Amino acid sequence: MSGLLRVENLAVEIDGARVVDGVTFGVAAGETYALLGESGCGKSMTALALMRLLPDGGQLVSGTIRLGDTDVRTLSERNMRTVRGGRMGMIFQEPMLALNPVLKVGYQIGEALTLHRGLTGLAAQEAARALLDAVGVPDPARRLDSYPFELSGGLRQRAMIAMALAGEPDLLIADEPTTALDVTIQAQVLDLLRSLRSARGMGMLLITHDLGVVAENADRVGVMYAGELIEEGARTDFFAAPQHPYSRMLFAALPQPGRGRLATLAGQVPRPGEMPHGCRFAARCPHAVQRCRLESPDWQTLGTQRVRCHFAGQLDGHSRPAVPAEADVARAGESAETPLLAVDDLKVHFQIRRGFIQRTVGHVRAVDGVSLAVSAGRTLALVGESGCGKTTVGKALLDLVVPTAGSIRFGGETLAAGNLARLRRQAQMVFQDPFGSLNPRMRVADILLEGMEALEVGDAAQRREAVAHLLRQVGLPDDAGERYPHAFSGGQRQRIAIARALAVSPRLMICDEPTSALDVSVQAQILNLLKDLQAELGLAYLFITHNLAVVDYLAHEIAVMYLGRIVESGPAAEVLRAPRHPYAQALVAAIPRIDAAAPARPRLAGDQPSPLDPPAGCHFHPRCPHAGDVCRQRYPEETHLGDRIVRCHWVAGVTG
Amino acid sequence: MSAIQPVILWTDALVFVLVAAGVALTLYIRRHAHLRAPWGEVARRPMAAGAALVLLAFVTVGLLDSLHYRERLPDSPPDKPQYSVEVLSAFDALVGTLRTRQEKTYSAPLAMHLYAKEFVERDGAAVRVYPRLKYGGAHLADEAGRMPDIARRVMLGIAQGVSVAFLVFGALAAWQAARRKQRYGEWLADWGQGRLGWPGRTVVLVVALLATTVAVLLHLAAGYHVLGTDKVGQDVLYISLKSIRTGLVIGTLTTLVTLPLAIGLGIAAGYFRGWVDDVIQYVYTVLNSIPGVLLIAAAVLIVQVYIESRPELFDTAAARADIRLLALCLIMGVTSWTSLARLLRGESLKLRTLDYVEAARAFGVSHTRIIGRHIFPNVFHLVLIAIVIDFSGLVLAEAVLSYVGVGVDPTMYSWGNMINGARLELAREPVVWWQLGAAFVFMFALVLAANLFADGVRDAFDPRMGGRR
Repeated sequence: MSGLLRVENLAVEIDGARVVDGVTFGVAAGETYALLGESGCGKSMTALALMRLLPDGGQLVSGTIRLGDTDVRTLSERNMRTVRGGRMGMIFQEPMLALNPVLKVGYQIGEALTLHRGLTGLAAQEAARALLDAVGVPDPARRLDSYPFELSGGLRQRAMIAMALAGEPDLLIADEPTTALDVTIQAQVLDLLRSLRSARGMGMLLITHDLGVVAENADRVGVMYAGELIEEGARTDFFAAPQHPYSRMLFAALPQPGRGRLATLAGQVPRPGEMPHGCRFAARCPHAVQRCRLESPDWQTLGTQRVRCHFAGQLDGHSRPAVPAEADVARAGESAETPLLAVDDLKVHFQIRRGFIQRTVGHVRAVDGVSLAVSAGRTLALVGESGCGKTTVGKALLDLVVPTAGSIRFGGETLAAGNLARLRRQAQMVFQDPFGSLNPRMRVADILLEGMEALEVGDAAQRREAVAHLLRQVGLPDDAGERYPHAFSGGQRQRIAIARALAVSPRLMICDEPTSALDVSVQAQILNLLKDLQAELGLAYLFITHNLAVVDYLAHEIAVMYLGRIVESGPAAEVLRAPRHPYAQALVAAIPRIDAAAPARPRLAGDQPSPLDPPAGCHFHPRCPHAGDVCRQRYPEETHLGDRIVRCHWVAGVTG
Repeated sequence: MSAIQPVILWTDALVFVLVAAGVALTLYIRRHAHLRAPWGEVARRPMAAGAALVLLAFVTVGLLDSLHYRERLPDSPPDKPQYSVEVLSAFDALVGTLRTRQEKTYSAPLAMHLYAKEFVERDGAAVRVYPRLKYGGAHLADEAGRMPDIARRVMLGIAQGVSVAFLVFGALAAWQAARRKQRYGEWLADWGQGRLGWPGRTVVLVVALLATTVAVLLHLAAGYHVLGTDKVGQDVLYISLKSIRTGLVIGTLTTLVTLPLAIGLGIAAGYFRGWVDDVIQYVYTVLNSIPGVLLIAAAVLIVQVYIESRPELFDTAAARADIRLLALCLIMGVTSWTSLARLLRGESLKLRTLDYVEAARAFGVSHTRIIGRHIFPNVFHLVLIAIVIDFSGLVLAEAVLSYVGVGVDPTMYSWGNMINGARLELAREPVVWWQLGAAFVFMFALVLAANLFADGVRDAFDPRMGGRR
């Protein structure tokens, strides 16, 4: 295959451990090649090896990298510098870390222009402005004089892309370019990358763990597992019939509408340095036989696809969808009892103080009049982009931030100073970051005991028993209690965090993005666990997330938040199938879908405004395609549509 | 009737409290894997392990010098014993005559003659010559025998030091080989190639160097003043060794004062925020903007006045000097807690927002428990690093303060006082350099060892250096 980039047999070692082993692929000009895989599979190392930017202790052991006619591996460091940023551009995952916070955006883009195109002064400034314009930054001339902290996440990522484009690269390497972004912004950035690629005829190497992103953007797909490329093929064929059992597992683990339990695989990616003989997936593969454990499979070609599996083409047909939704009794049956949790008109305003005597000069209305109700054994999903105040709602329920106004009722009792300790037992929280939520200096057993001790649940012997029971309940080994958190993987840590919350037998669990830091296969395990626990214990969940696919799988009701207020709420299935509020519609439209052939969908322009200074009238009107005059003046009242409540003038028919 | 009366000075008591605390902490760390791991990392670094051995030698001298007693006067009646006003230490007893062999005034290192001319009666006429020393080189007949004698003693010392080192090494090898169930030769081969998992070669080398140095000094000191004598004829080697205790006390006790202030206020400021934070910040900003030397000078002078107005409280000169040393430690501690407090405040600010602290708050865990279980253990590595780094700074600060005249009591042995005493003689022709030189070498050795050790500790504990966290 002729192409822009040709990688043969690439192998990378870090401190003697092989993290990339024998990877071969190519990227043609104008093509997007997606490297897909979970964390720790060697995707990013492959990208860094292409740029020869391996971390300390990292070494390119063997293989060739050819960019056009250039052999990248043999270039001198001096010549390599013209390749980096010049012929290969790179976009990193975290735009805040990749831009220098003390230099202006214009200067940083100009630096790349000077280096690779020899432009200086006015010419460079003009070129930088043109680049920002090309990546869709509004008012580019002014943005050149901005510092990175003055830009929103989406604009920062655009500025990064502009920098990467400054050297007019032939190949653009995008390492998880949208993982840190909100779903509507992700859609904007991916659209931009697509159009840039076709306009400039660049090759693009897209590194991601998200099947949806791959489905919408890639021409060809390579799946990596444990440092090896295990499957490769054209996108359409790959999505129609993934061949490798690991690829199939990735699909099966994806929460999909109308799906029963998620299929999961036990275990995790083997660590570099502890790679098994034979097929590296054998230990987790449901089809593995003796041969798989002894003999590493070779490439088998099947049409446009290539796969490294002894059973290539012999496994039964790909069993996607088809699984009928299990009869979900709870979902169908409506209960009219008093809700376990009833929140009425909750407000959390943070004061902004300035000056010597700390005068209050304004308020951030993080939560501005939210009403919710969750019944026992049911799940309410609170959905919205980052900064919309959904986490603050969760924290206010647990009294971690002090509500400014509104009432919170647990099982009919209003939360007040007198009954706080008792009610506290009834609601607990599971946090997003499995690494930040466990104290690294405490044993797991002590972590689980902490809540029981603080709330004086049972005596010492009962507590010890409870710890053992909890560990079994969340599927951790019995000896886990004696170990420290660093001995566990991300998924296991999240299990510990769930066990910690369960320790005081709460009736409501507030889950704040519990799976967003996890790989898709691990996410499936955690989601299944949460569902099992709900069935077993009758827990109610308040599930805070930005991931609508997860909502679809888990939630009974949904509430969509925008800038501190709920704009649409109702039964999850209905809202997701047919959203009414324009924001909810845009949110649903922005989810990357794996059922290919996606029709062009409306994209939401712009960013979420700052809650410090929300727009007058309906908060959403600056981004709304249907906004009328009344939207600019008045915040809309609730419109009841069956089970649903929508706050929109357009839905209410006021705008005509 | 015992021949001695133990004397426990204030600083002695505190030093031994500190030692006890150190032992307790060590036992605690041994039982906790996550605390033990970085110390293992420290022990695996050759530089840190070597520095630790040198520090250990200094600490041994310092501890011996902290066991104080008074001798019974020989002519006191047995039923009503009277004790000497001079307070001695176990170290004094150990070095024997080094303390008492006093010359008239200055003499150069390893000299036979005084450094000043005197009239001496010779053959009936008074001549002005450099007289012979009373002790230094007294066993020699004339100047010609001095160099060979010194060479002989040095060689003897080296031979003995090396053989002691060999003996120790042999014992170590036998013990280690038995423990690892290896043959003797295999262990030696592992040792030679540095495959032990700990820096065996460095340890053996440093032990050999220390043993040789001690042996050479012992042989030379028996016949000479190795580092010369000072203005009143006291052996400079003795003074330098006695000064070790002062340096160590300043370096460690000051930390003892600093830590509660820094940890308590720093964490409180960062964890509670609000007005607590404001108050604590104002306090340390104010404290930081007053020159430290000024505060220290004022405090030391107040203590001095207090001591002189209450002579009945202090029965010996040592007790008086000791209380001034303690006061110096206190005031230096009060002026030096701010930087660590500021560091801990910042770290607590970060930690309090972490999810595990939020989770604990969601359980209604009390503030003291959150600080005790979640905040403090996670800033402890910073405290440790600060302790070892501050130590050397404090030792040097003592020298500067004593030089300025607001440091320890002028009668106390300290490197600062040695330098102060040497200051005037630097103008003399020929120059008296050995007092300054000795203080410099000792201080340099201690501070360098402390700094190298601190480097090792910081590298092992600093999470940014990668490694295990």
